[in-house]
Amino acid sequence: MRAQDIGAERLETRPVAENGFQMQFDATGDGGQLSLSGALTVHDVTRLHQQLSSIAGTGQVTADLGAVSHIDTAGAWALSTFEQRLSAAGGALHVANASDNALQVLKSVRDAMPKPETPPRQRMDLRAFLEATGRAVVKGVSFALELTGYLGMFFSSLGRILVNPRKFPLTSLVAHSEDVGFRAVPIVALMAFLIGVVLAFQGSAQLRQFGAEVFVVDLIAISVLRELGILLTAIIVAGRTASAFTAAIGSMKMREEIDAMRTLGLDPAMVLFLPRILALLLMLPILGLIANVSGLLGGALMSWLELGISPSMFRIRLIEGTDISHVFVGLIKAPVFALVIGVVGCHAGMQVRGTAESLGRMTSNAVVTAIFAVIVVDAFFSIFFAELGI
Amino acid sequence: MTDNDQREVVIRVRGLRNQFGTHVVHEDLDLDVYRGEIIGIVGGSGTGKSVLLRSITGLQKPAAGSIEVFSVDVLHGTEEARATLDERWGVMFQDGALFSSLTVRENVEVPMRAIHELSPEIRRELADLKISLVGLPYLAGDKYPSELSGGMRKRAGLARALALDPEIVFLDEPTAGLDPIGAAAFDTLIRTLSRSLGLTVFLVTHDLDTLYAICDRIAVLAERKVLVTGDLQDMLSVKHPWVHEYFHGPRARAAMDASAGATGAKEE
Repeated sequence: MRAQDIGAERLETRPVAENGFQMQFDATGDGGQLSLSGALTVHDVTRLHQQLSSIAGTGQVTADLGAVSHIDTAGAWALSTFEQRLSAAGGALHVANASDNALQVLKSVRDAMPKPETPPRQRMDLRAFLEATGRAVVKGVSFALELTGYLGMFFSSLGRILVNPRKFPLTSLVAHSEDVGFRAVPIVALMAFLIGVVLAFQGSAQLRQFGAEVFVVDLIAISVLRELGILLTAIIVAGRTASAFTAAIGSMKMREEIDAMRTLGLDPAMVLFLPRILALLLMLPILGLIANVSGLLGGALMSWLELGISPSMFRIRLIEGTDISHVFVGLIKAPVFALVIGVVGCHAGMQVRGTAESLGRMTSNAVVTAIFAVIVVDAFFSIFFAELGI
Repeated sequence: MTDNDQREVVIRVRGLRNQFGTHVVHEDLDLDVYRGEIIGIVGGSGTGKSVLLRSITGLQKPAAGSIEVFSVDVLHGTEEARATLDERWGVMFQDGALFSSLTVRENVEVPMRAIHELSPEIRRELADLKISLVGLPYLAGDKYPSELSGGMRKRAGLARALALDPEIVFLDEPTAGLDPIGAAAFDTLIRTLSRSLGLTVFLVTHDLDTLYAICDRIAVLAERKVLVTGDLQDMLSVKHPWVHEYFHGPRARAAMDASAGATGAKEE
């Protein structure tokens, strides 16, 4: 009960925001008399500032704060701004009858009044544009160079391991393989199965117009085995694994674990990059193979339901019509994709600087870069194979 | 202590109990904080200093007990009553807890947006004033938190906590991670602001220098409750082993000597 009593008392002593303030200004010959009462707080500071600004008089102004019940830094700011305007015009503000508390607030605000500084202006002309373009190009080239540097680091640590196999990080290789490969099987298999289904469905709709339904088998087989199986697997792995690499290495970088490793004589390339990239290198072809099989299964199922091509018929047509070389053309890309994804992920992780924002930014950068790079590399492969006529 | 009885209690904690699973952090904890004082909360690691701060500010729901701030029940009060509290207190978290996607000035403006009468231009100018009040250079207002040093982030966090001229500020380890010069400057800043703006300061700290330099009163958390409160002289005569060790250890003695030296120099 006592607490409530105190509460009631407090409400009376502390003026509520709605009470506001009253202001009166009597202009005299040179300057004037300003009387303020009520609460000069942040709630009414806009009004206070407007009313003070509308005072035309300059010169010696006396502000009577005798009836002011409460003043906060916002109220003091309005008075100080007014004072600055007066003194700029050669006048002055004299504060009268203020409580000690009000004087203290006024003093600390007056001392702290910000002195605007203009930030260095940025030029917006042709030279600035050229400079920005040049910087972007240099940044792009050095990014590509850094990636090749990381690729080199991977190969050099692989070489050192082959010379000295006792140091081989088998445990972490197995752990990463499970993470990168085994755990990705369901999503990769499902994705490829659905791609097979879609291809069969779309292909049959088109081929039926020519009465060439049976060629849907060739369509599915060639597109899944040559291109889609491995490409889409690589894209899924890029999204899944490049981000995981960046996040793991980046958070170690953030907490200076990588610096600690270096001082302890451990090579981050050996301990962190090698098992990760090697795991990808081993797992991506396997995932690609799983995607191929699952894509063909999906295609076969849909051909059976939609076109009445029985599974055995599908099998015969597959073996007769599709050369085994398509499988190799597809799978030969897998290790290259794996290197691209792994190197991009590890590199992005090492670029993380102290803050959490940079970790988030680098993680999403890694995914975008890895997917983009996979597609570019795939395009080069297509041109290469087309030129060779495979 | 008779002096304290006449002063207005702004924070009243009674019978507070906090537990995480079976681990009891606070049990039957009582604490009063008086208007205008700087109270330092000390205690060993894991004694729940930050948990106490979080309980009072409503971030952590205690298992039992009552907490009143300005006679408003923090735990069971109406939504409206508690909303008025947000304007009357400010919290500075350990690393500033600034919103990373906003500049320092925008950070300071965030609490001011609750006041609809405030025009954007004046809000901006007031934010600049707060930034200058905590001793940050003018251009720091345009920077993002990640571009600031740890000490500057703490100052910016304090500027945001002070945005609406609160009556109480809660500071969680204000000087942790600062160099001694920066820490001393921050101590002075807290003291100056507290005196000139009439702030009540509730500060959780490990820093003995801070305790000696600016705290009016100290509350020691141990054995799941506030073991003792009082000024430094009271602390020195407490027999409890942890408190004795804390205030008579080599670091405490050094801080005490430094503090005595500083006041001695001032008197001369």
